[in-house]
Amino acid sequence: MTPASTVATLAPSGLPGLDPAWSRVVRTGSGAWHVLDNAPQLHSEPVGTLLCVHGNPTWSYLWRTFVAAGTRATRPWRVIAVDQLDMGYSERTGRTHLLADRVRELGELTDALGLQGPVVSAGHDWGGSISLGWAVDHPELLAGVVLLNTAVYQPLGEHPPAALRPAMVPGLRHAATVSTTGFIDTTLALAHPRLTAPVREAFRAPYRTAARRAAVGDFVADIPATADHPSRPELERIAARVRELDVPALLAWGARDPVFSDRFLRDLRDRLPHADVHRYPTAGHLVAEDEDVAAGVLDWLDERVGGPPSVAPAVPREAVRLLGATLTERAGDDTPALVELHRETSRTVSWRALARRTEELARGLAAIGVTPGDRVAVLVPPGADLTAVLYACLRLGAVVVLADAGLGVAALSRAVKAAEPVAVIGIERALLAAKAFRWAPTLVAAGPVNRRVARAVGVRATLVELAERGAADSSPLAWPDPDAEAAVLFTSGSTGPAKGVVYTHRGLAAMRDAVASTYTISPERPFVAAFAPFALLGPALGATSASPDMDVTAPRTLTAAALAAAVRAVDGAVVFASPAALAGILATQHEASDDDRACLARVETLLSAGAPVPAELLQSVRDLLPGARLHTPYGMTEMLPVTDIELSQIVAAGDGPGVCVGVPAAGARVAISALDDEGRAVGAPASDAGVLGEILVAGPHLKARYDRLWFTQHASARDAGWHRTGDVGRIDEAGRLWVEGRLAHVVATDRGVITPVAPERLVDAVPGVARAALVGVGPRGTAQVVVVVEPEGKAPAGLAEPELAAGVRAALAGLPVPVAAVLVVPGLPTDLRHNSKIDRTHLAQWAAAVLSGRRAAL
Amino acid sequence: MTGASGMLGAATATRLVADGWCVRTLQRRPSGVEGAQDERSSVTDERAVARAVAGADAVLHLAAKVDIVGPEAEYRAVNVGGTRTVLDAARGAGVRRVVVVSSPSVAHTGGSLVGAGAGRAEPSRARGPYARTKAAAELLALDADQPGFRVVAIRPHVVWGPGDTQLVGRIVDRARSGRLPVLGTGAPLIDTTYVDNAVDALVAALDAPDASYGQAYVVTNGEPRPVLELVAAICRASGVPVPSRRVPAALARFAGASLDAAWARLPLPGEPPLTRFVAEQLSTAHWFDQRRTREALGWAPRVTIDDGLARLAEHAALTGAGVDG
Repeated sequence: MTPASTVATLAPSGLPGLDPAWSRVVRTGSGAWHVLDNAPQLHSEPVGTLLCVHGNPTWSYLWRTFVAAGTRATRPWRVIAVDQLDMGYSERTGRTHLLADRVRELGELTDALGLQGPVVSAGHDWGGSISLGWAVDHPELLAGVVLLNTAVYQPLGEHPPAALRPAMVPGLRHAATVSTTGFIDTTLALAHPRLTAPVREAFRAPYRTAARRAAVGDFVADIPATADHPSRPELERIAARVRELDVPALLAWGARDPVFSDRFLRDLRDRLPHADVHRYPTAGHLVAEDEDVAAGVLDWLDERVGGPPSVAPAVPREAVRLLGATLTERAGDDTPALVELHRETSRTVSWRALARRTEELARGLAAIGVTPGDRVAVLVPPGADLTAVLYACLRLGAVVVLADAGLGVAALSRAVKAAEPVAVIGIERALLAAKAFRWAPTLVAAGPVNRRVARAVGVRATLVELAERGAADSSPLAWPDPDAEAAVLFTSGSTGPAKGVVYTHRGLAAMRDAVASTYTISPERPFVAAFAPFALLGPALGATSASPDMDVTAPRTLTAAALAAAVRAVDGAVVFASPAALAGILATQHEASDDDRACLARVETLLSAGAPVPAELLQSVRDLLPGARLHTPYGMTEMLPVTDIELSQIVAAGDGPGVCVGVPAAGARVAISALDDEGRAVGAPASDAGVLGEILVAGPHLKARYDRLWFTQHASARDAGWHRTGDVGRIDEAGRLWVEGRLAHVVATDRGVITPVAPERLVDAVPGVARAALVGVGPRGTAQVVVVVEPEGKAPAGLAEPELAAGVRAALAGLPVPVAAVLVVPGLPTDLRHNSKIDRTHLAQWAAAVLSGRRAAL
Repeated sequence: MTGASGMLGAATATRLVADGWCVRTLQRRPSGVEGAQDERSSVTDERAVARAVAGADAVLHLAAKVDIVGPEAEYRAVNVGGTRTVLDAARGAGVRRVVVVSSPSVAHTGGSLVGAGAGRAEPSRARGPYARTKAAAELLALDADQPGFRVVAIRPHVVWGPGDTQLVGRIVDRARSGRLPVLGTGAPLIDTTYVDNAVDALVAALDAPDASYGQAYVVTNGEPRPVLELVAAICRASGVPVPSRRVPAALARFAGASLDAAWARLPLPGEPPLTRFVAEQLSTAHWFDQRRTREALGWAPRVTIDDGLARLAEHAALTGAGVDG
């Protein structure tokens, strides 16, 4: 080894994202450090210092986005990212550093830097325990801790993370970590998506020779996996002291990490119960490479540490009538609560039976160890079992986790695991998946389960057994706190990974009240739930509900006769349906008898929810249900209903720039955040007529928060009390809301912002066009309008023929800018969930590639 | 005004005369602009240039060697040397404003330009002798800008219109002789400038506030179109066959580079059927952010691409050919 390779040096220039001006060398008694430090570049006094510590086998390069973000911020932060001794471009001292050494050495460095508070420590990988060691030793400076995929404990008697094991076998360690670049290569391969070659090279740059990699092996050897390991006492000291930290804490976590898996996140949350959590479902170990964590962390610092104190909106503490209250009150009522119609096995469940079953299940869950606040994932098809299980959880205070099986197994699994349930209650298929993907330690079987399967997956109890155990227990069962979590509902996932949405008991009660008053549901007005989720509200509303004979997973199987039978069974005044169910009714109306038609004519209100309903479809339904007012709500998993509109109002509203969704539902408020020239929603919440912007919603039935997605929640709740929907639209002179599409899909041209939905309808009417999408290419504020057409006949992807292009351009002559290009594709890409939602983001990327001369496949 | 015999120069001189300016034009051939005072010489002739700028309030410098082949020294003499001569003479004569016509290619170092701004001229990295020498000339010009002697660079992108020998002429000639293939998909978006809009922009530059000087502005119609659509539309307007033969873009770039080399080494007449520069131009996107230009010059294009094509067709019908001659 030449002496030149042992001294600390500056980072070389030309590494992507790294400004060489950040690089400096700091000498301490233990050795010379290379650090990144943005202090000279700050335009104003920083709020504080973010002290970043890398793990193994990375270096300060890992934090380059944080250094840049801290420099740029309106309220800037000094960001210091160190290369630990014998790592990165720091000095090769030749010594071996144990955990305690590294913690002490970091303290020497901050002393040498003369660091003043406030300091927020940040750590990744094994740098996390070192940064926490520094944190607990410097309470006078410490103002917060940030942790990215790390750990502060290593359970004894358990295997260390599987991915690390080969590197930890003494005979293999040197080969894996020092004499080859195997460990480094493996770590860099953990990025999702794959790192670009220049970034991979930048991570490898300081570790070119075996001599420069010596500490990479030492670092692995320092993982204290055994009780007699020399670093064990220091790790245990830090782990214990972390529990005493009361400064703001943030855990930003990539869920796809084979090394620092969810159990390490769980451990940290246990030690830092006040920590804010953002868990990225699709990011991995190198979370800051996979996602823009730096921007989120700067937001967090502003909110929790440095920024002006934010005024939280006053929390309503009024008394609340819990969702389960009605059921308990009617425990002695023998009239029907649920009527389920099936060809042979129709059944009626009385209020008394449902109330008893619910109470028994609640106690049964408690008996197997589920406590209030524990999460329970429920994967049971709609029906009496599901209703009873949900109300049992709500009664006990267990948090119901609901995700739609329509997400597909992978996305469903990601969703359930994100919520971290203690138990899964599910049908056989769900239990098999729960076992295979390790969703929860406790499994409860709903419905028939093969005995061998039950044994194989380790079923703790069936619902019948739970009820039996619960019936035997008559001890008092407390009602949950109205402001405690009640449910985690997952979004449809059509706009990115499904997000968990947390509701409190108070929020669910408000949703019940909003539905009841918007659609005048009361105990005197039984309803038919042809859209299954609404059947769940019946017991809360005190109304008898009937479920028509249909396959609930395929709503189009609903026939006119089956709907009539359900209406007849409960003398239903109100029908809840989905557009698909309505299509099923219309397709089978000729099979309906005169008596069926007479029944349907008695329906007073029909609500179609779940997806937008074309007005033409509603018109046809009116012929079949001539006495009904036909409603359709606007809302989302985060808040439902937001607005409501009735068919006659849709007709009265006429044509407009989008879809008229009516006026706010009971308790709901709507505002617009105006767009700037670049199509960003920057305006404060306002309700001026005609202004295009992002739609903001508020009301007592708005979500409490997103689950373990702190950055997403923070962004969505930028304006106190309001939720940013990601939809764009306008409020008209009459106070009606018009939805014009998604904020992400607006095209910001140099002559104004264009929303795609209305122009697309004009193009759809051009001869030869099956359907079309309008997307933008080029920079925000000067984007060009491109129309992508799915033609009626077959056509290869590429430029449209001149006649078609001319037709499209003529149809859109009213736009403020001309159409730059008309492209043709054999089929427009749509998202998996709703075949109707065009994936405009993907389409825009494709169009941008094609129109700049690059090869691209759809 | 220098270079008033080309399409843009002649049209601009004609407009200025009509607007009541007293116009003196300097170029080798007669400008043919009625009402202008013609000085026939080269911008490399210091004495002639000094004579031309004497007593002028403003100078509009368009003269340049615009070909796509030929020895670089010739480009340098006219484009860099000529610009220096014009600037020196203008400053010496007490001229207060100089508008230099440049080209977006001065900042183009290969690859696509998608909603690009007017980047800094890069004499060492620009593609081809024309762009390299124009880049050096633009830097020279903007460097000369100072209070009392204001210089601005206007970069019109692909100017076309009736009587255009550069773009329209080449397309029509080649289409007529069946030598116009479609490169690759023909999809890349290309921004162009109808000649009247470029004239408006130059006139606007003469009147722009001082604060807008000292910088370069790209001028286009702001209506990018797929290159195939544009070429086909020009062919249709000019009454020549629309190209149908397709050549992969990469092959075209290779062929262009080979032909560049052949024409550089061998005494071949005229210009090669395809140069690497042209192949690159036709297989990558070139369109620009016009917001800064429009604000700084107080200008906006008046003639749309479609209107321009209609005028082109009208002109072709009147003259019986797509191009002059």
